[in-house]
Amino acid sequence: MTIQVKYFASLRDQLGRNQDQLSGSDALTVTQIWSQLWPETPLPPNTLVAVNQEYAELHQPVQDGDEVAFFPPVTGG
Amino acid sequence: MTIEIRETPFDPYAVLAHYQEGMTELQGRYGATASFVGTMRDHNEGSTVTEMILEHYPGMTERHLQHIVAEAQQQWPLLDTLIVHRVGALQPNDTIVLVAVWSAHRTAAFESCRFIMEALKSRAPFWKKEALPAGERWVASNTAG
Repeated sequence: MTIQVKYFASLRDQLGRNQDQLSGSDALTVTQIWSQLWPETPLPPNTLVAVNQEYAELHQPVQDGDEVAFFPPVTGG
Repeated sequence: MTIEIRETPFDPYAVLAHYQEGMTELQGRYGATASFVGTMRDHNEGSTVTEMILEHYPGMTERHLQHIVAEAQQQWPLLDTLIVHRVGALQPNDTIVLVAVWSAHRTAAFESCRFIMEALKSRAPFWKKEALPAGERWVASNTAG
C-alpha cells in the first residue's frame, strides 16, 4: 500500500521536508506511520493529525491511498 | 455559501458590498447582516511585527470552512454566508479574514458570525509566521478572544 504523508508550518520546518511517501504491506495506524518515518523523532506534543483532510486520532487505521497530514495547532483568522 | 482563499490583498468592505449587490434573489428577504473583519496588527506578544506569512493546507482548509458553515446553517436560519481568507505574505493593516452572514433577524446574524469566526480560528488549517526585527517566529496559538 502507498500512503502520502504531508507536514505543515513549524513541524515541516523542524523536519526539513514537506512530504513523504510510505509503501508497505502492513496495515498501519497514524502513530505507526509516524514512527516508521521518524524512528528517532518523537511526535511533538500538540501535533494535530488529519487523514484524507479530516481530523483524526493517532490510533486511527490508515488505508491504501490515504493522505495523512501532521501539523501544529492552527492559527488562522 | 461562498468561501474564498485569496493570495492577494483585498478591501473587505468593497468585497462585501459587491457580494451583497450580487445577491439579487435574496433582496428583501434578509433583514440582518453581520460581518467580522480581521486585520493584521503591527505588534504581537510584545514584539513589533513587520510582515506575516499565512500558510494553509489546500483542500482541507476549504473543506473545513464548508463544514463550519454547514454547522452554522443547522443552528441558525441563514440566508447566505461569505468567508474570504488571505494566505501568503501580509503587511500590517492588511485584511486577514472577512466573515459575513445574512439572515432575516439579528440574533442569527450576530451569533452565527461569532460561531463561524471562532470555529475558523480553532479548526481551519491556517498557520501564521511572523517576521520580527530579530527574525521569524511561528505563532504557537491563537489569543483567547
